[in-house]
Amino acid sequence: MVIKHKNIFKTESSWSNADKLLLCLDTGSWRTERPVLDKEKCNYCGLCALYCPPQCMKDMGDHYEADLAYCKGCGICATECPTKALSMVPEGEFADG
Amino acid sequence: MVSAQKGQTMVITGNAVAAYGAMLCRPEVVAAYPITPQSELAEQLAQFVANGVLDAEYVEVEGENSAMNVVLAASVAGARVVTATSSYGLVFMYDALQETSGFRAPVVMVNANRETPGIHAVSSGQQDMISTRDTGWVQMIVENDQEILDQIIMAFRLAEDYDIQLPVMVNYDGYYLSYLAEGVEIPNIEDVDAFLAPLKQQPERQKLVPGVAIGCGSHGMEMGYVEARYKHCQALERVKDKVDEIDKAFGDYFGRYYYGQIEEYRTDDADFVILVSGSATGTTRAVVDAKREQGVKVGLVKMRMFRPFPAERLTKALKGKKAIGVIDRSICFGWKYGPMAMELRALSPEIGPAPIVSYIDGLANLDINIPHIERVIDEVGAAAQGKPYQEVTWIPMEE
Repeated sequence: MVIKHKNIFKTESSWSNADKLLLCLDTGSWRTERPVLDKEKCNYCGLCALYCPPQCMKDMGDHYEADLAYCKGCGICATECPTKALSMVPEGEFADG
Repeated sequence: MVSAQKGQTMVITGNAVAAYGAMLCRPEVVAAYPITPQSELAEQLAQFVANGVLDAEYVEVEGENSAMNVVLAASVAGARVVTATSSYGLVFMYDALQETSGFRAPVVMVNANRETPGIHAVSSGQQDMISTRDTGWVQMIVENDQEILDQIIMAFRLAEDYDIQLPVMVNYDGYYLSYLAEGVEIPNIEDVDAFLAPLKQQPERQKLVPGVAIGCGSHGMEMGYVEARYKHCQALERVKDKVDEIDKAFGDYFGRYYYGQIEEYRTDDADFVILVSGSATGTTRAVVDAKREQGVKVGLVKMRMFRPFPAERLTKALKGKKAIGVIDRSICFGWKYGPMAMELRALSPEIGPAPIVSYIDGLANLDINIPHIERVIDEVGAAAQGKPYQEVTWIPMEE
């Protein structure tokens, strides 16, 4: 048997650096709708980033934005947003969707 | 390291011995839920903490599943941990057992063997251990109270070895050993420190650190899953030699040898061999001696480790023997043989075409007594001479 060792993990157990490696799956391809932000309503509280399952909300300084390579479109950010600044829009409405 | 000072001899039960063994290794977090026949062990550990003998966090949990999750989390955060259970408790933590080995957390758990759910049996048997054989743990089985203590100390050295990083389950027969008071030499804690000291010389394993965004056990998709499983299986293979090595080091230091994965007793010139484990080994040893005096060339193999399966050592010990009898204190659903007999049959290509004769005995506190073992030796001896034999015998059903 030829073992081509992949070495995804640098450690003996399956430890990963969440800063870099957590965003390693192509979860963006699962998406059927994406979060769209109304900057007027956003108060930069960060709850969307806190709740985001794949942790893909990028801190833009005065608001958060989903990294669409990883956002799977679950809508938790929009549900949790206290000011209703985020809304889920079907992918079909975007040129790149 | 020369050799240890003579310890203090105490006459105490297997449960109390297990608590002493755990305490001497200075665990930092203990979480255990009391269950018959292990309760005394959970109580004794709590007592050690209450009296200040053991400087550890004792977490009172609401059940065994929580107990395993508490020690898993503490272990991943870098603590030395210990827990103990039995029977329903062991299977209640089934998912947590897999989580623990999957995280490669060096947890040490003492398990007082007892029958498992389905037929409500508050009695001895190895079915709990057998039911969890595929959880990726190392499973050791001991014969007497002294071995409980010594094996727990060796278990920490094994689990926390940088090349291993796996949880270790130390099994002893509930009732037979948990409540049996025997004279046991309790080593001095400084000598246990010295025996475990080599662990401090190795590279530090990865731990959870506050403020650092790292995760463990995630990334199980596709290749991440395969790689983690592959490494886990490789580590289990490394356990085999490591167990022998640690046993040798323990014997050289404390003066008590257990011969690692298996103990071979009078097997060298034996025509046929009886394979047995746990507390029944002592009785079997005595019957083998008696049969030897009558000129019967029988030997004994004591299974000290069930997972990983000691394939290479067993092959060496059993190759060329004319018959092998296996006494199982548990059953194997879906196979007519007992679990150890069934697994030994997987080694048939290596050990040769000798009959492997399976005996189910000692379930639910029924003794594996001298007449039973005499009968096993007589029948397997006849099989060794080419006479017909019954493949599987449930001894209590035929009495």
